[in-house]
Amino acid sequence: MANAALTQAPAATGPRTSLRRTIGNRRTLGNSALTVLAVSLTLLAMFPLFSVLYMLIVRGGALLSPSLFTELTPGAGMEGGGIGNAVVGTLVVVAISTCLALPLGFLGAVYLAEYGGDRKLATLVRFAAKVLTGLPSILAGVFAYATVVVTTGSFSALAGGCAMAILMIPTVMLTSESALLAVPSKMKMAAFGMGATRAQTVLRIVIPTAIPGILTGVMLALARAMGETAPLLFTALFSDYWFEGKLTQPIASLSVLIYNFAGSPFEHQVSLAWAASLVLVSIVLILNVTAQFATRRPEEQ
Amino acid sequence: MADSKISTASATPDLSEAFKSSVARPPSAWQKGFDRVFKNVAYAFGIGVALLLAGVVFEVLRNARTAIASYGFAFLTTSVWDPNRAQFGILAEIVGTLYTSVLALALGGFFGVTVALVLSQGFVPRRVELVMKNVVELLAAIPSVVYGLWGIFVLIPAVRAPSGWLNEHFGSIPFFSTRLSGPGIFPAALVLAIMILPTITAISREAMAAVPKRLAAAAYGLGATRWEVIFRVTLPTAIGGIFGALVLGFGRALGETMALAMLVGNANVFGWSLFSPGNTLAALLANHFPEAGKVEVAALMYAAFVLMLITLAVNALGSFIMLRTTRELKGLG
Repeated sequence: MANAALTQAPAATGPRTSLRRTIGNRRTLGNSALTVLAVSLTLLAMFPLFSVLYMLIVRGGALLSPSLFTELTPGAGMEGGGIGNAVVGTLVVVAISTCLALPLGFLGAVYLAEYGGDRKLATLVRFAAKVLTGLPSILAGVFAYATVVVTTGSFSALAGGCAMAILMIPTVMLTSESALLAVPSKMKMAAFGMGATRAQTVLRIVIPTAIPGILTGVMLALARAMGETAPLLFTALFSDYWFEGKLTQPIASLSVLIYNFAGSPFEHQVSLAWAASLVLVSIVLILNVTAQFATRRPEEQ
Repeated sequence: MADSKISTASATPDLSEAFKSSVARPPSAWQKGFDRVFKNVAYAFGIGVALLLAGVVFEVLRNARTAIASYGFAFLTTSVWDPNRAQFGILAEIVGTLYTSVLALALGGFFGVTVALVLSQGFVPRRVELVMKNVVELLAAIPSVVYGLWGIFVLIPAVRAPSGWLNEHFGSIPFFSTRLSGPGIFPAALVLAIMILPTITAISREAMAAVPKRLAAAAYGLGATRWEVIFRVTLPTAIGGIFGALVLGFGRALGETMALAMLVGNANVFGWSLFSPGNTLAALLANHFPEAGKVEVAALMYAAFVLMLITLAVNALGSFIMLRTTRELKGLG
């Protein structure tokens, strides 16, 4: 019975599923057609990136000059001016949020990687961080509005920094945790064997070894924060003047500038929106590419 | 040197002499104290992140409570936004959010999974694959406000002519019942699709790469073509991860703000036509919050709470699916 099945099977399916591939064969033809379709769809999917970059270089590049970075944003209908206050403002807001997010995210990661393990509390913290990564960025703005803007009574750079920090914390935390976990346990054991406390081991062995991975996470978080607009709209608001060192006043930012000027009826403001986009995308892409290089190195070793 | 150390150690049980000449020594009292402080600080910051999430949920709910009390359930089933008469309802925004996100998911999912296949099944040389993978990742790096700008000046003009043609010839189909006059559902959904594509590609590519090579090899050995292997082995095995990727992509689309605020048209109505203006919850918040008065802020907080519930539910579902499928795939390895 078994023998018969064995000898019959190839005979029954033989002619249908021939191993020979000719161009005219329906299966080969279908296979090639799908391959061509899939590869062209992939190229089509990448088209928007190139279209965006092309537009940025053509329309944004036209205004690129040193005065773009040294002059204030022009009012409605005015010519000239630049985006200097917005560049400074973005840097200030991102600096505030980094100061808030780095310690919290990083030490949170140390807790998860070194002390938490599989404990219930650690699982809860990890879950909270994952939920925070999926939090719509505008809700971070709503939170900062409710806590900072309402209590201090005004829109401010500080409120913008707080909103942004909420978006940075989970990224910093989760990437730092995986970088800390990737440190070989042998190195830690050696440190413990020498009589080092856990704090010494973490500070002198684990963190220095994990630094490239941690930096990657920080840079990705920075790149994400730079481009965020929604959390700044009603926290940092905007300002047509230079930052004067007061964190309690509204502050300009590149992303809000792009949003405000994109809908402007004045051609010059629209052009400035493109120039600001070019500057913003350049910073973000540089951060992203650097981050990718930082992660690649340890893999190659 | 080594001899003398051993002899002192064996002569006296006190090891402190031996440790003096060695790098290794037990921690001092100060170091032990520092260790304890360090541990507690790390604990506090870890718990702090969990509290932060609780704080966000609590704050939004607390600020929305007056609106929840005064508008109740009707807030979700009516479509008015009139701060002057203090009447608010977000039905059009809820439906608009789901409509744009479903459209984006259909487009972004189809393209995203295709790109993941091309980048994981050996269609192109390894080097090209790596370059293309980075290009797709850069798509995610472009800030959404820049996509909005691009949408206004490139996409909407490009869509306008085809929308007119579709309306003229297929106007009886509800999807094409209007022509695009400016911003609208379709350009917004298209940009959303571009924005969620990298997420879908990255996660589903991982799921496809996790399919054991020998399963595909066995199918090839039986004479299957590449696409027969993809449709009958790779995709069915990776389907859990792909589904998780789609749900997470959907979650991103629901909460995406700027591109929608700039492209969807900000109209407080809902229409099935792809080329009519609409609104979404996130866009409503972005457009009304900066100039809102006290009563309107409460209503906006209620809307933010609804948005939070929807996105948290979708994201939790996505994470749950991912968790389950990674467990299942472990058995196959």
